[in-house]
Amino acid sequence: MTPHLLLSLISGVFIAGSAAYLGTLMLSRKMAVVAGPLGHLALPGAALALVYGFNLSLGAFPFVVVGILLIWRLEIRTKLQMEALTAIVFATGVAAAFLFLPINKAEAALVGDISKVGLYATIASVILGSLVFLAVNRSYSEIMLINIQEDLAKTEGINVRLYNLIYLLAIAIIVALGVDLVGGLMTAALVAIPAAAAKNVSKTLRQFGVLSGMFGAASAIVGILSSAATGFPAGPLVILTSAAIFAITVPASRV
Amino acid sequence: MGKILLEVKNLSVTLGGTPVLSELSFSVEEGEILTILGPNGSGKTVLLKALLGLLPFTGEVNWHKKPRIGYLPQGLNQMSVRDMPLTVEDFFALKKLKRDQVLRYLPLVGLESGVLNKRAGYLSGGEFQRMLVAWVLASRPEVLFLDEPTTAIDVVGGETIYSLLKNIWREQNLTMFVVTHDLNIVYAHSTHVLCLSRFAHTCYGIPKEVLTPEVLNDMYATDVKFYTHPGTLSQ
Repeated sequence: MTPHLLLSLISGVFIAGSAAYLGTLMLSRKMAVVAGPLGHLALPGAALALVYGFNLSLGAFPFVVVGILLIWRLEIRTKLQMEALTAIVFATGVAAAFLFLPINKAEAALVGDISKVGLYATIASVILGSLVFLAVNRSYSEIMLINIQEDLAKTEGINVRLYNLIYLLAIAIIVALGVDLVGGLMTAALVAIPAAAAKNVSKTLRQFGVLSGMFGAASAIVGILSSAATGFPAGPLVILTSAAIFAITVPASRV
Repeated sequence: MGKILLEVKNLSVTLGGTPVLSELSFSVEEGEILTILGPNGSGKTVLLKALLGLLPFTGEVNWHKKPRIGYLPQGLNQMSVRDMPLTVEDFFALKKLKRDQVLRYLPLVGLESGVLNKRAGYLSGGEFQRMLVAWVLASRPEVLFLDEPTTAIDVVGGETIYSLLKNIWREQNLTMFVVTHDLNIVYAHSTHVLCLSRFAHTCYGIPKEVLTPEVLNDMYATDVKFYTHPGTLSQ
């Protein structure tokens, strides 16, 4: 195994595993598709990274964070659904950014670039992936209660604004990291598919979280190894692996 | 009955530029069951939310002490959890309750321990509502806010819920705020009633005294056929 392959496997497992765990919260809020527009906004940032030769996630991150903070403020101000605000903020961001950026340079950002990941980027993925995992784990009950009924959460003393911010920042980090693994077009799949597969076979919340994380990590390992063996890009193979896992779980669906 | 718990003075709420409640004043004593009665759109839920601090208002809402509050919101029905892999035990764990703590509250609402392993979305309507009551009670509230607690269940199931709540009210000396548009509930289960109408005519007091045919006709803007409930309330 080459050092590059090892680094991409480590990065992939941390990014995909924590993305899938976060995905269980997003799926419960019917927000799994939100990572899609977020990934699209990451594209101009990723293009900048390609033009100036730095890491894709690093380029994507500020764009996604600014967008996320805008959504957070607008949600408090307008009381519109987060998914509607996401569509507004990110479509506007993409449209504005694409006027000025050399989009032809962004092609590599569409399907990810994990095979070229370096040591520092791997360390960053491990730290940020773990951070997201811990943040989600510590605030899981609170965010789940907000997902079920916001007023109920408020009267139970939960600071809804704070937890919404933690939740959105976790999404921002995962989307930025996800751009490196599967590209800006497919970040939604990192959160949505393993969580949907886990939901098919879970009876309890614990099973839901654990299985989703495992499906995400397994998809990254299988996808990256198949990429090394076949020469196809890793991003699409990671997503196709998780789609295959989803297909296997469909007959066991409990609903 | 006892000390004044809550005083509301000149409470007004405006939503989206439309006044929903205006200049409402009343007070609630500890141990009351106050039913908030009124037709759809009269602002019952809005009043509850304003008292809970969930909506902006003008006027005064003075709690004489800071009670532990339990709230059963109207929108919390089984559809909210229908497709989630969420067992009854998981649902209680969302408020950091351990299994043995939960087991103390299930018998209060007539549920058995076996229900803990069932998915919340697959309970019957009545079981789900009783689970919610147990969930709210598990925080040991001193004041309960119940917004249409029997909407999703049939008449018999609804009567069971109210009987359960009244038993708990007797045993634990709770103060309860109940929103309903069901007149029978007012007569059978309330110590006091606050009526709201879309024309800002309000009444407040003991149900048998204040709910005259004129008040009801005014509130519902139609002829209401009613009879006085023979049962009397005793604590």
